[in-house]
Amino acid sequence: MPRLIKHGSIIDDAWQLMDPDCTVPAPDQICNLDQWLQLGDKNGSAVQLEPGQDPSCLFGALEDIDLLVINFPIFTDGRGFSYARDAREHGYQGELRASGHFIRDQLTYLQRCGFDAFQMADDSHLDAALTSLMDFTEHYQAAIDQPLPLFRRRS
Amino acid sequence: MYVYDQHDQKIIDERVAQFRDQTARFLAGDISDGEFLPLRLQNGLYLQRLAPMLRIAVPYGLMNSIQLRKLADISRTYDKGYVHISTRQNVQLNWPLLEEVPDILAELATVQMHAIQTSGNCIRNTTTDQFAGVASDELEDPRPYCEIIRQWSTLHPEFAFLPRKFKIAVCGSTQDRAAIHYHDIGIELVANDDGEIGLKILVGGGLGRTPAIGSVICEWLDKKHLLTYLEAILRVYNQHGRRDNKYKARIKILVRAMGIDAFREAVEEQWTALKNGPSTLTEEEIIRARSFFRDPAYQTLDTALAISQLEDDCMRDPIFANWITRNTQDHRLPGYRIVTLSLKATGFAPGDITAEQLELLAELSDVYAFGEIRSTHQQNMVLGDVQISALYALWQRLQAAGLATPNIGYLTDIICCPGGDYCSLANAKSLPIAEAIQTRFDDLDYVYDLGPLELNISGCMNACGHHHVGQIGILGVDKKGQEFYQICLGGNQAKDASIGKILGPSFQQKDVPEVIDNILSTYVTLRQEEESFLDTYRRVGIHPFKERAYAKAD
Repeated sequence: MPRLIKHGSIIDDAWQLMDPDCTVPAPDQICNLDQWLQLGDKNGSAVQLEPGQDPSCLFGALEDIDLLVINFPIFTDGRGFSYARDAREHGYQGELRASGHFIRDQLTYLQRCGFDAFQMADDSHLDAALTSLMDFTEHYQAAIDQPLPLFRRRS
Repeated sequence: MYVYDQHDQKIIDERVAQFRDQTARFLAGDISDGEFLPLRLQNGLYLQRLAPMLRIAVPYGLMNSIQLRKLADISRTYDKGYVHISTRQNVQLNWPLLEEVPDILAELATVQMHAIQTSGNCIRNTTTDQFAGVASDELEDPRPYCEIIRQWSTLHPEFAFLPRKFKIAVCGSTQDRAAIHYHDIGIELVANDDGEIGLKILVGGGLGRTPAIGSVICEWLDKKHLLTYLEAILRVYNQHGRRDNKYKARIKILVRAMGIDAFREAVEEQWTALKNGPSTLTEEEIIRARSFFRDPAYQTLDTALAISQLEDDCMRDPIFANWITRNTQDHRLPGYRIVTLSLKATGFAPGDITAEQLELLAELSDVYAFGEIRSTHQQNMVLGDVQISALYALWQRLQAAGLATPNIGYLTDIICCPGGDYCSLANAKSLPIAEAIQTRFDDLDYVYDLGPLELNISGCMNACGHHHVGQIGILGVDKKGQEFYQICLGGNQAKDASIGKILGPSFQQKDVPEVIDNILSTYVTLRQEEESFLDTYRRVGIHPFKERAYAKAD
């Protein structure tokens, strides 16, 4: 079973991507955006966004989504950072997972943008990656993990 | 200037530790070249032709004497005893060892300096007017806003992997010395109809392969909205900027493709959600930022006496008098002057400064200028607050150290990137061109007669030497493996900004000084009384210059 980092721990993961030809997801299956848009009942659904698919099309049903996956086919394409913040700022409360080819040195930024689960393409060094989540203990800007900028907290 | 508290220091220290770990993992083979690339670039580290280059951030070009001494020290211990001032007011080391870069960063952190985001596809060092706070034409000091932007952009989690690099400049004076029209975002402090000072925001300016002048996205913004508005612009750019072609990835291309009105609408929509949120600046924060840039302990001076003494010194010593005319400027207070130190002596790479010169400058700034030094995007240094009565003593020290070349703003005050001698991006060398031009035009009287003139040289399309905005711009190009030079005329970075026009086919290196000579003679022949090079060019157009420049070649 694939492993991932969630809420700071390494766990096994049961979710799987749905077959692109299917229309109705089995439990624990993740839709692509087209499949998700076709779903009649979105309650408890899981959906994966690719670069170029901004989350605004989900905004009407964020409460129904259990898992939102934002995929990073290459780690230098930073659109997913804004997608994550946008989704959280519009009230998304479920699991927000980064998947794909991001690297451990991006974990702290991803976490700040609202991701709480990290499924790395290469999951062989997750223990080492965990330490990167603690690179910074102080930040200047407001973000999802710390909604107040430093200037409202300085003492 | 801004002083770190324990929070600022912690962030910088944690960044050093992070980069030390990243470098160790890279050297151990645990990070690939491709993955290490953006990590090191976001810490200012390039792997160049001969050695790595480390670009150290100088936020809005302001340093103190302690920092200058540390830079001198670092350049001796880890490099070859000199540094280079870049066209973004930063400081570059040309020969550090990769293994030692974490140690250099740790040393910098002890004097509240760093190399964060001096390169890479992220928000770069915010720049401003080198005369901020002392200029006589200033509406409000832009540096507190630069510092607020510096803090907000430092290690910003959302905007570290943008489509391309992103540069912001702020200006608060009538004359724009920060080139805000040529930045991804340009900010000008302006008064509205009620006399309240706010921010005018320009977007989509830039140099590089497709030079563009910024468009106004907001005529007047309340200062408290500065960060939320910037965040909205960046979020639209991060989501919609092109990522398929690095030459079309800057925000100027997006703004042009959408049109400024549609782009503004998209920004406003994002802004609706952010406006008045926690990142809205508080009155206290603006006051706190401003408190670091209050007036130093200016003295009440006998200005009349100082000026009459200065006039006597000038009468006695024409070389000093000339330096006063060329390299010093009016200060907003009558007893003081602003002094620019030229790093453009013939025979030295433009913008280079030795460890000894750095230490001398540190000492002179302590004695004469409240311990503060500024770097300029023209690659010179500035002492902002020198008493008129101290100018002669200061000049003698500078003269002896080779820092008093009286050419500020003239032909030989060349802006020049390091070019093919150092940079692996360059198509051609730029330093030998600068030296050949400085050598050919060694008659100062002729140079002064030409009037204020900016000659800018870039070794490639990336335009670090800002060739598009020089009244004369020179661009190194590669023609089947040979270095050639394209010349453009009529660029200007002031408020009536314009982008230089290409003269015609490019020239061989050996012919460049002759061609420049022909262009200048054409100007001298055609100019009407008091007309600057730019005025003449704008009146007569490019054709007379073209005819003359290519006459011999045919």
